[in-house]
Amino acid sequence: MTSTATPTAGPHDDPVEPGWADVTASESSLRRFLHGLPGVDQVGAEQRAAGLGTRSIKTTAKAFAIDLAIRMVDLTTLEGQDTRGKVKALSAKAMRPDPADPTCPPVAAVCVYPDMVAVAKEALGASEVHVASVATAFPSGRAAMDVKLADTRDAVAAGADEVDMVIDRGAFLAGHYLQVFEEIGAVREACAGEGGAAHLKVILETGELQTYDNVRRASWLAMMAGADFIKTSTGKVQPAATPPVTLVMLEAVRDYREQTGRMVGVKPAGGIRTSKDAIKYLVMVNEVAGPDWLEPDWFRFGASTLLNDLLMQRTRLATGRYSGPDYFTLD
Amino acid sequence: MNTFEYAPAPESRAIVDIKPSYGLFVGGEFVDGHGRSFKTISPSTEEVLSEVAEADETDVDLAVKAARRAHSRVWGRMPGKERAKYLFRIARIIQERGRELAVLESIDNGKPIKETRDVDVPIAAAHFFYYAGWADKLKYSGHGTESLGVAGQVIPWNFPLLMLSWKIAPALACGNTVVLKPAETTPLTALLFAEICQQADLPPGVVNIITGAGDTGRTLVSHPDVDKVAFTGSTEVGRAIAKSVAGSDKRVTLELGGKAANIVFDDAPLDQAVEGIVNGIFFNQGHVCCAGSRLLVQESVADEVLGRLKRRMGTLRVGDPLDKNTDVGAINSAEQLAKIRRLSQIGEQEGAERWSAPCDLPDHGFWFPPTVFTGVTQAHRIAREEIFGPVLSVLTFRTPGEAVEKANNTPYGLSAGVWTEKGSRILKVANALRAGVVWANTFNKFDPTSPFGGYKESGYGREGGRHGLEAYLR
Repeated sequence: MTSTATPTAGPHDDPVEPGWADVTASESSLRRFLHGLPGVDQVGAEQRAAGLGTRSIKTTAKAFAIDLAIRMVDLTTLEGQDTRGKVKALSAKAMRPDPADPTCPPVAAVCVYPDMVAVAKEALGASEVHVASVATAFPSGRAAMDVKLADTRDAVAAGADEVDMVIDRGAFLAGHYLQVFEEIGAVREACAGEGGAAHLKVILETGELQTYDNVRRASWLAMMAGADFIKTSTGKVQPAATPPVTLVMLEAVRDYREQTGRMVGVKPAGGIRTSKDAIKYLVMVNEVAGPDWLEPDWFRFGASTLLNDLLMQRTRLATGRYSGPDYFTLD
Repeated sequence: MNTFEYAPAPESRAIVDIKPSYGLFVGGEFVDGHGRSFKTISPSTEEVLSEVAEADETDVDLAVKAARRAHSRVWGRMPGKERAKYLFRIARIIQERGRELAVLESIDNGKPIKETRDVDVPIAAAHFFYYAGWADKLKYSGHGTESLGVAGQVIPWNFPLLMLSWKIAPALACGNTVVLKPAETTPLTALLFAEICQQADLPPGVVNIITGAGDTGRTLVSHPDVDKVAFTGSTEVGRAIAKSVAGSDKRVTLELGGKAANIVFDDAPLDQAVEGIVNGIFFNQGHVCCAGSRLLVQESVADEVLGRLKRRMGTLRVGDPLDKNTDVGAINSAEQLAKIRRLSQIGEQEGAERWSAPCDLPDHGFWFPPTVFTGVTQAHRIAREEIFGPVLSVLTFRTPGEAVEKANNTPYGLSAGVWTEKGSRILKVANALRAGVVWANTFNKFDPTSPFGGYKESGYGREGGRHGLEAYLR
């Protein structure tokens, strides 16, 4: 880093990373730090992402990637029309994505609105599938701070294992970095529950931040504030996850670990619909952040339709035949 | 920890049909040569691919005569808009047979299929498309409208098909006919291009391809009935050509060696700069005349850039050129490999620190791992001589003035790179660099509309763009 700050690693569950106290002491010091991060050249970043997209992943490598991708899916439903029935069905699918094939692994988590957390929790029972809840006035984040915190506490109280918060993009774009930083810290504190703290995923909504420089700065801001994961998008804004945005975020978590020793996960969400796309992301994880991130603990896909395509490709690899969408459940 | 092992993903060889032997392409037909023949091998396996005729003096003379006849009877008189149709046709056939050309190039040259598929072949087609567009608009070129006559063209082995298109497309667009000699280690795509000329119904004699080594090239460029000599290759040979044509009224363009500086300032976009460094020196195994073989990095970020560079080099995949995931292929010949090894040894002996990412190299063929030398100074031979391989010399600087001084302190002047997020610095430094091409925040970008060529011992004349027409018009 061009910055001179060299924080020491803080313990995982500290609300705010203590090593960054100097940097986050004032609006101006935080601003200096974020603007001192190396810039991102748009053309070069997009070229690198496109280059990694030409890797040819076949046979055994493809089978490995598809199973890994399934284990990394945060199976998501975030609609006004969500009902208990829909969430139950989704939870069932999360545990047994392919009812016809018991060797198919479960997904990582089910991602719902806070009022559906209890339903999902009950449906998932003792299974290893986590419940992730969006919070903080998702997707816009336009609410008073106490409302956002209440939203978060509500989700955690209902049993959410993971909380997907949104940052205040307005504040970020206006340059009020300290405000964004403090909000993330406060939400992180609100994630503390009885059975341990819920994991915090911080949604940057990169489609609204627009520039890769902003994506890199927001990534660092979130990590310094204690994010366990940084996530591209809500899925409600276009463009959602793109390969170059994810590339910049993967570079950020890689650099952050090098500097602090702490690993942060990455979750692209929205717009990843095919196995081919998912595999391109895994190639990027492998070659940019490194193989340590090839675990559901460190990389997730926020997706819904992606899962069925992964299942179809998985079946195709196993049987040598393509089957139709009618052979896979719609939930 | 997970290991994501990429399974082999080889491109099929079935699409190419390599004949056991090839003659010369003269007057629109393949004919037997009068001289001996030589073998062309695959540098990644050392397997013999084919036997190719070595054109002797008689063959060269016949080819030049065929070109002269075609020029005076057909091509030189043909209206530009008619010539354009042939060039467009050739461009489209290159695209249609793109996979075949890419696989053949990869086999004969050793470069990865990823590059032949995504760089060599598409840009070769683009050159024909671009100059096809000029053929009927020469009066707007500012360089005259009349063709010179017969062009004798000698091209290197690093981008066989692409260099062929850089030479043939502008020559033909301007109404010249050509006799082209591909390099002795990489003749196959030029011979496939001869088939494409037949397929496009190009009038006989407009394009003649003669194969052979140094003697054939010498005979061609010194042939009295050649009006124009175009050469891409080493400075040593270029100098010999300049001497041999001195005193004649032949027009000459030479595109020779380089020892480009890739300058990284402390305010550069570092991740992209690292990509640019990698692309600058490891693209095409470093067999690139404009390769960024000298990294000049500002001292304040030198350690960080080197750390990132080494990590990135660890992900480069060296191996089978036909595997779609290969980033770095085989060195083109045993001779070139020996030269790279020799200069690398000298680098070590002179005290520079050598580092390569650990990688397994195949047992057969010619291989050299991507290598970086640190602690290099201007006084080291590896900072002065063109290695033409995947070997990077890293030097540091303190101020922009020092960077420019060091960058220019070379007999060459083909290309340079500047990495900074500061626009004003790009403009200032680019103006101060004595290099024909200066890339800003990118490297090794080629486009038919952009002129390319050198300062000083990197040669003279420009290829590409409107400037590229000058060499073929009067």
